[in-house]
This record gives sequence, structure tokens and C-alpha cells, in this order.
Amino acid sequence: MSDATAGSVRAPAMRVRFERWAPALLLLAAVTMYVVACLATGQTQYLNWNNFLAVIGRSIALGITAIGQTFVILVASIDLSVASLISAVAVLASVVMNGDPAMIVPAIGASLILGAIVGLINGLIVTRLDVNPLIATLGMSLVIQGCLSAFVSNFAGAVPTQFQFFAYGNVFGLPFAILFFFALALIAFFVLRFTRFGSNIYAVGGNQDAARFAGISTEKVIIAAHVICSLCATVAGLYLASRLRSGAPWIGANGVYDLESIAVVVIGGTVLAGGRGGIWGTVAGVMIFSLIDSIFNVLGVDAFVKQVLRGIIIVAAVAFYAVRTRRIVA
Amino acid sequence: MTQTPVIEMKGIGKRFPGVVALHDVSFACQRGEVHALVGENGAGKSTLIKILSGVYQPDDGDVLVEGKPVRFRHPVDALAAGISVIYQEFSLLPERTVTQNIFLGREITRNWMLDDEAMRTETQRVLDMFGAGSRIDPDALVSELDVASQQMVEIAKAISLNARVLVMDEPTAALNESECRELFEIVDKLRDHGTAVIYITHRMREVTRLADRVTVLKDGEVAARFDHVPEPSAIVHAMVGRDIADFYAPFATADEIGATVLSVQGGGNSALRNIDFELKAGEILGFAGIQGAGRVALAMAMFGARPFDTGTMMLAGEKVHFTHPRQAIRAGIGLLPGDRKGEGLTLMQSVRDNGMLSPRAFGSLVGSHKKNDFTDVSGMDGLLDRMEVKAASYDQEIKLLSGGNQQKAIVARWLALKPKVLIFIEPTRGIDVNAKAGIYHLMRDLARAGAGIIMISSDLPEVIGAADRILVMREGTIVAEHKAGASETAIMLDATGETEVAA
Amino acid sequence: MTDHTLSSPQPKQTRRLPQINPVYFILAALIVAIILNNPNFVEPSGYMNFLKRAAPLAILAAGQVYVIVSGGFDLSVGSLITLVVVGSSMLSNNDPSSTWWVICVMLGIGLGVGLVNGLVVCFLKVPSLIATLGMMITLNGIAFMWSGGAPRGYLPESFRYFGRFNIRDVPLIQMLPVAVIVMAVVGFALYWLMHRTNLGRMIHAVGDNPRAAQLAGVPINRVRVSAFVISSLSAVIAGILLGGFGGVSTDVGTGYELQAITAAVLGGAQLLGGRGSVPAAIAGALTLTAIFTLLNFLGLPQPVRQVVQGLILIAAVALAMYRRKRTGQ
Repeated sequence: MSDATAGSVRAPAMRVRFERWAPALLLLAAVTMYVVACLATGQTQYLNWNNFLAVIGRSIALGITAIGQTFVILVASIDLSVASLISAVAVLASVVMNGDPAMIVPAIGASLILGAIVGLINGLIVTRLDVNPLIATLGMSLVIQGCLSAFVSNFAGAVPTQFQFFAYGNVFGLPFAILFFFALALIAFFVLRFTRFGSNIYAVGGNQDAARFAGISTEKVIIAAHVICSLCATVAGLYLASRLRSGAPWIGANGVYDLESIAVVVIGGTVLAGGRGGIWGTVAGVMIFSLIDSIFNVLGVDAFVKQVLRGIIIVAAVAFYAVRTRRIVA
Repeated sequence: MTQTPVIEMKGIGKRFPGVVALHDVSFACQRGEVHALVGENGAGKSTLIKILSGVYQPDDGDVLVEGKPVRFRHPVDALAAGISVIYQEFSLLPERTVTQNIFLGREITRNWMLDDEAMRTETQRVLDMFGAGSRIDPDALVSELDVASQQMVEIAKAISLNARVLVMDEPTAALNESECRELFEIVDKLRDHGTAVIYITHRMREVTRLADRVTVLKDGEVAARFDHVPEPSAIVHAMVGRDIADFYAPFATADEIGATVLSVQGGGNSALRNIDFELKAGEILGFAGIQGAGRVALAMAMFGARPFDTGTMMLAGEKVHFTHPRQAIRAGIGLLPGDRKGEGLTLMQSVRDNGMLSPRAFGSLVGSHKKNDFTDVSGMDGLLDRMEVKAASYDQEIKLLSGGNQQKAIVARWLALKPKVLIFIEPTRGIDVNAKAGIYHLMRDLARAGAGIIMISSDLPEVIGAADRILVMREGTIVAEHKAGASETAIMLDATGETEVAA
Repeated sequence: MTDHTLSSPQPKQTRRLPQINPVYFILAALIVAIILNNPNFVEPSGYMNFLKRAAPLAILAAGQVYVIVSGGFDLSVGSLITLVVVGSSMLSNNDPSSTWWVICVMLGIGLGVGLVNGLVVCFLKVPSLIATLGMMITLNGIAFMWSGGAPRGYLPESFRYFGRFNIRDVPLIQMLPVAVIVMAVVGFALYWLMHRTNLGRMIHAVGDNPRAAQLAGVPINRVRVSAFVISSLSAVIAGILLGGFGGVSTDVGTGYELQAITAAVLGGAQLLGGRGSVPAAIAGALTLTAIFTLLNFLGLPQPVRQVVQGLILIAAVALAMYRRKRTGQ
């Protein structure tokens, strides 16, 4: 092998290594900025353990959604229907429970069934009808939101106090929701890294034809990823219902969970083209977003300005990874 | 031979809407045999292999494994029967490790968990089997390997599947000479192990070197079958159906070669160093070298796509430095990319639109699409007519044309701009034998009309047959110059930098 | 696909039969259905009001086609419409004489938004979907900031002229809404630019194969930025018309980005680039409006529109994919 080729072969390896550590570096930068912001404004009361938990706690719904989004993005698909599904689940659960503790289990069951059906339909449209996943899930989002608005227009139903444990309860002195989030992340990591299904996810996202020729049923893998994503969104919806004590048809759209979950996954180093990335990057991405939000709060940024900055930050975050590609993007 | 063939195809027929792709094709391969399958592009080789590997189902005929008829409904069925295909486009996942790739879709698990250790051990064993164990790390990412090693991973995958039949579809297309030799040795080893190898190629050299038997396909039928490898000319005759007398165009005569049109002195960038050469009007200058030697990098540097950092370039007597293709094109350089579908064509657009692309790119944005400073629609049609582009209509989508005709449409794009220098990268890749001759003659006509032609090709006989002068590149620089018709051996010595070519 | 199968000696004389885009048949069928439901539709006041209502979406779809054919998406147009309406109301401050300069400022904002979208996609290499979604969030935030959160009231009458005014006593058709004139003029200009100029053909080429276009000398960044600018300018014009239709609020433009994409896809534009037509996209917009009109006649509530639109979007793409597969790529 000639020197010239050896040089050009080593270059991509460097790139891969950089991208592996980028989420951690970004997280470090966000933590530093947060600390500096607190110190600069003299608000050192925000620099303690409880506030740290509060910072993470603010992004549980986003985090759970993003874990699901990681699966679909890894198979080179995408899901823009999560925000509508979150709203639909929150409303469904709170209407079914309607303050009655006995209805908690049926409500959770109904929500999970709804989520599974939405994920299944998304997956089927993408695989069987060959519809671009962006369009398929945007269409699904319109359908869900339309159905939902036809029935409710404001907070509906109520969540019994027992169910509010999900959002407000403590276990071993730690918020239950945070433990739940990290447990879910751990399970997702385990599935992706140590099971054949996880391996298939990376294969399908990396090269669908290669996966098919190797005997992997690519359609099933993509459908499964969509079901997982929708189920995660369902859990996020249940969490929000528990936290807000009721469900409303706009809570998903208000949280911009569709776009933010994608942004968080991308910041975590998972490639939109699929086949590369992982859960811990996504977790880092979620924490980065929480910190940015907290920095705005510490600095007392106006809500509308915050929205403007948020749009810019999402684009900047994607640009951070994308700007080095030589490829022409669409 | 009385032995039952490990794989046999009998009377295979396959029809697609409007086309008979295969008609009554029979084909068999014994264990421990290399059977070459040759034919022009479109002769039906790929269709036959896709039937063999379960991608397509045949309309007529039977596939027999060890004498028993089988029916493959999915590639997985064929894999299970011990038939592995290594396609031209590798089916590896670049972001996964060698081990993960070899066990793709059939990972070893223990208690629901992947057994990484067992898979790594098996990978190492298979790689060691043909001496690649020291060269390829089972934990390396495939994207970190060079093309030849990636191909070895493909072969290792087939071996670990206990493939009885291994189909290799033009496996040397992306390999340089030394890598080719390694591949040939691996094929020899596979034969010794008793694997039946079906080797698809259009390079006669490889047939002579490797094959035990040869089957020639032409227009979807078996045109000839040889139980011993005959003279290459006999195979070519069967492929083409006639003798190819004027395959290459005659070389340029002394008075056809004019003044220097382009020269580079001390050119260099991250992939190139100390590039010195001159190109004269009216000549075809060939560039030979192994893959990665810097030939394409040089073309892209001259074209401004990956500019020179050092040195000077003169075009028609003026000093130039291009940092963008548009500057180079404006100054009179045209380039035909090697990857026609990926870098040359806009497949959904019409033949005419593909031809008009460059002239339009230099017109005003809101100027008429039918007419610009360089040509108009009828002028473009005239150019396409002159090159005898065969299309039902120039309004037809270009993806429906054959490779040779697509290439001509790209040439038309440049002719409209009347370039001083035209760079052809792999001009005949994926083009059938008849159309190749057309491209060589076209290049010669352009040179006679006064352009300087640079031809970069990995097909060494083609460079020797078509170029008036040959520069050999190695490790990013020009190491030797040869005259027209130099010997293949002499050029390979310079290209590899070896003192003698191993047998 | 060999030379043998194509053996026409004189290629120029055999022209392909023009294929009629199915969207025109669908539109015709829908219009017949509307007429059956409401015979008054054949009166000028019926169809002219229909065209007037469809005008903003038609203009928006015609602009969106540029971005789709160039290989991207523009999801920022809805929020740009909102910004145009809110911004115009803040700038004009009920002063009728301000109309012209306010419109110029809005076109300037559109130019800026399109430039930023295009530059972010071309130079920061952010996929257009993310870039324009980010722009959508940002513009919505700016609209809120500018108006302090709760704008209300109407734009001055001179500004609403474009969206609202009907020219009366026109021979043959009795009335002619200014919005329809704007639609016709903008539609024709965008048709001409897309299908009769170098820029239009280069947009096709860039969306089809950007690398090939680049190596053929196409100034791909300039072409792609132009597509985003055209889309943004069309959104500004649509916003000016919509400002005439109703009151000022921060959700005037909500959902228009998806409607525009749906209309373009209905018109046969190929997602991820290379193929699309301005007249067909306008027909797609009219089709979508016709469907909504029918739903109105049938007395279905507003949210049903959303559901139907989602289903149409998926069905249109699924059908296009099915046809492409059947005709062999």
C-alpha cells in the first residue's frame, strides 16, 4: 500500500474518534457555561445538588422521547409525530383516569395500545408504502392532532394523586422520574449494544440492502423501531399528564418535542443518515438542552427571546456536526 | 466428468416487461473449479446471478444444488444452500467492525446476549485461513480498511458461511494490480479447498489466469462454452460476435501534435507532490498507476475541485490557478468523471438537458433555457447527432440510455463549450465492448480537432492502446513516461515501484 | 438497456407523447363534485371567490416547488407569513400611506430569510429540514417578540386591498379579485422562471444530482440559495394576501408550510429533488382548496380538515412511489 493511500485511510478514523467524544465535550462546555452564568450573576444558590436534579428533571419528557427517537434515527428513519402523540396520550390517560385511582392501569394500558398502533402504522407506511418517513410521520401528526382537536380543546380529565408519583415521587431520596429515565436509557443501551435486535438496527441504518441480503428482515426492524419510538412518546405523554395533573391537546406541540427530540439525538452524535450513534450521546444531548434552558433562566432571558435563541441553537448544534462533511446536503 | 455439479442451472429463462433477459441458459460448476462467466454489459450475467442468489425467480428452467432441484425465494435461501455472492458494490457496513460484518444477521448469542468473544475467535480463524489474519484486525471498523482488505472481509464472510459456491462479480473492478494478484491467490486457495467459484469478468487476462472453464453469454443466451480456456480472441469473438479490427484508433502522427496547451510545474497539494508535465494540443496523454496513486487527485487539482497548493499551472500560455471547477471550465478545461451515475449525469433529466447543462451553467440565470452564448437547442441536437447518440428521443430521460450513449451526452456537454483540454476519467468503465471502440475513436477525433486530451484509466491495455504518451504515477507524483504502445510489464514496474513483477 | 433495444435511426422526429399530470383530472373531478353540491359555483362570484381563497396557497406552493425540486424542504414559510402579517401591522400602525414601504420592507425580510435558509443549508451543511424548522421556531419567536404576544385588529384598508378587494363590472366575469390577479401574475412569473430559464433547468439538475451539477460547472450554491429566496418571497406575497383576508394574529400562517408541501406533492413534485412543475403545484393547491371546500359543504368541522390533509399527504406520496416502482424506477 502506498503512502498516499495510507494517509487518506487514516483520516476518517480521526473523524470518527472526534465525533465519539464531541457530545461529552459539548456537555462539559454547557456545564461550564452554566456555572459561569451562575457565578457571574451571583446566583450561587443554583449550584447545589437539588438544583442539579431540578435541571435534569426539567427534561424528563424530552429525554424519554429522545430515547425513542434515537431508535428510529438509527434505522435512518425519523418520527415527527411524537409531539401529537404525546398530547393525545396525555389527554387519553387523564380522561380515562378521571381522578379514579382504579382506572390507572386501564389508562396506562389504553395509552400503550394507542402508542403501539401509531408506531405500527408509521412503520407500515414507511416500509410497505415506501413513503418518505418525514412525510409519513408529518401526515400522521396531522391526523392525530386533527382527531384530538375534534374531541377536546382544553384540559380534559384529571390524574389521581397516586399517578402523580410518576412525576413527583421520590425513591431512595431521588426523584422517581429521574431514576426511571436513567433506567430506560440503560435498557435502551443494553438492547442496542448486546442484543441481536440492536445489531440489526445498526445494520439496517448503515446499509439496508446489505442487511436484507444478510437475511435480516429490514421491514420488521424499521417497524419495530417506530413502535419503540411511539411507545417512548407514549410514556413521555403519561409523564406529562402526571406532572400537569391533567392532559391538554397542545402540550406536545408546546414542548416542540418532535423537533427538539431530533435535535437532541443529533447533538448526541447520532447521524441523521442512520447506522451510527448511541443512547449515551442522546442522554448527553438531553442534559445539554436542560442546561441551556437553565442558563437562560439564570440570565433571566425573556420567553420569546428564548424561543428565538432555541431555534438558532438547534440549527447551530446540527451545523456543529454537519459543517465538516464534504458531501452536499439536501 | 461424471461428478455431479455442485450447482447447475438448466434452461433458465427470465422475461422483464418488454425484454427477454435470459433465454434457455444452462450453466454448471463443479467443486474445486473456477468457472468464468463472461459477456458484454447487458448480456444477462447479472440477471443470471440474481436468479442463482434468489433475488429473482426464473420464469423457466431449474436451479439444482448437488443434483437436487431447489427454489430460492429470498437471498437467505440461497445463502442457506451454501451460495454466496460478492457483488460489485460491497455489502459491508462501514461503521461496524470486521467481526460485526462477518456475523451480520447471524450473530452468535448466549442467553440472549451477543457472544462477542466467540464471534471474534471465529473471525480470526477465517481470516488466518487465507493469510489475512495479520493484516486485518477483527475489531477494526470496515471504513478504516482499504478496498482490497474490504474485499477480503467479504470473502471471509462467505467462507465463514461455509459457502460451497462463491460468485464473484467483477471483483477486480476497484483493485490495483498488486491487490489483484493477492485476490488471484485467494481464488487459487478457494479452489484448492474445494469451493466452486463462479467468476464474472470482462478482462481476458483474468480469464486466462484463473479459469478452468468459460461460458460466454450474449444477448441473454449462451454464445459459447469452453471446457478449456481458449485464446482470448476466441472469447472476445464469441462475446462480440465479430472480430474487432479497429478497436483502438490510430495514434497521432507527428504533424497532428501541436503546441503545448497545458503544463504543470511543481504542482502539489495534500495528495500530490512535484507534478511536472506538459500536454500538447492534438495528443492523447494517458495516466497509468494503481488506485490511490494520485491520478484522480491530479485531475481534480487541474479542474479546481481540489486545488493545487503549490506550483504553477499554465493554460494556453497563461498562468492560471483554479480554486473552483467553474474557473477551470471558463478557462477551457472539461472533465468527464469516472463515476458516471454518481458524478456525471442528472439521471431524471432528458438527454438534451444533460448536454445543455454546462452551457446553461455559464449563461445568465434568467436567460432562456433554449439558447445561450455557447449553443442553442438545435446546436446541441446537432452535436448529439454527430456523435450518433442512440436515443428514442433527446427528450427522453437519460437513465434509459446505455452507458456508452450516456457518456457521449456528457462529451456533448463539453464540446459545446469548445474546451482546450478534456480530461477523461475511466472513460469506458461499465461500457460494453462495441461502445468502447466508439469512445476511443471519439477521443481521437477530439484530439485531431485540436484539443489536448488527458485519459486516466485503470484498464492498462486501454491506456496503452489509446494514448500517444503515457505518464505513470505513484504515491502522488509522476515517476515515469512511456511512449505509445509500451509494454504492460514496463508500466507496471514503474506503477508499483517493484523491481520485478511477481508471477 | 443495450444499444440494440434502442434502434431509432432519426431520434429527433419521434417525440414523446405529452403525459398529462393526474392532478388536473383530480382537480376537474373535484370541481364537478363542488358544482353538483352547489350549482352557484358556476357563477363568477362562486368560482372567483374560490380562486381568491386559493390564491395564497397557490403562490406558496409555486414557491415551495423551487425548494423541493432543488432537493430540499422549506418549513419556514408558515411562520414567515405570520411574521409578515404581524410585522406589517406593527410597522404600518394603522397609517394607510405606509403600505408601499411596508411591503418593500417585508419583501426585504423575505429576501433575508431566504438567504439565511439557503446559506445555512449550503455552507453550514445543515439539512434543509432542520434548518428551516429552526427558522420556523425563530421567526415565530420574533413575531411574538415584535407584537408583545397578543396582536389584534386589522391592517389598514390600503394594505388589505391586495387580499380583499374585488374589481367589479368586469365584462364576462363581472368581478375580478385583486388576489386572483396577483396569483396569475406571480404564478406565471414562477412558471416562466422554472421552466423557461437557465435557473429553472439548473434547479432541476442540482436537485437531481448535486455533485454532477457541480462538476458540470453549475454554481450550485447560487442556484440553491435562489430557490430558498424564491420560496421565501412567495411566502411574503402569500402573507400580504392573507393579511387582507382577516385580522392580525400570531397564528395566521400556522400549518401553511405543510399545506404548501402537500400541494406541491399533489402536483407530482418529487421529494428530494429533480422533478416538479409550477403549474401542477398550483393545480395541487387548487385541489387541496377544493377538497376543503367540499368538506365545508358536507358540514365537517375544522379538525377534520387536518385529518384529511394528513391522509392526502401520505396517499399522494405513496401513490407517486407506487407509480414509480411500477414503471420501473
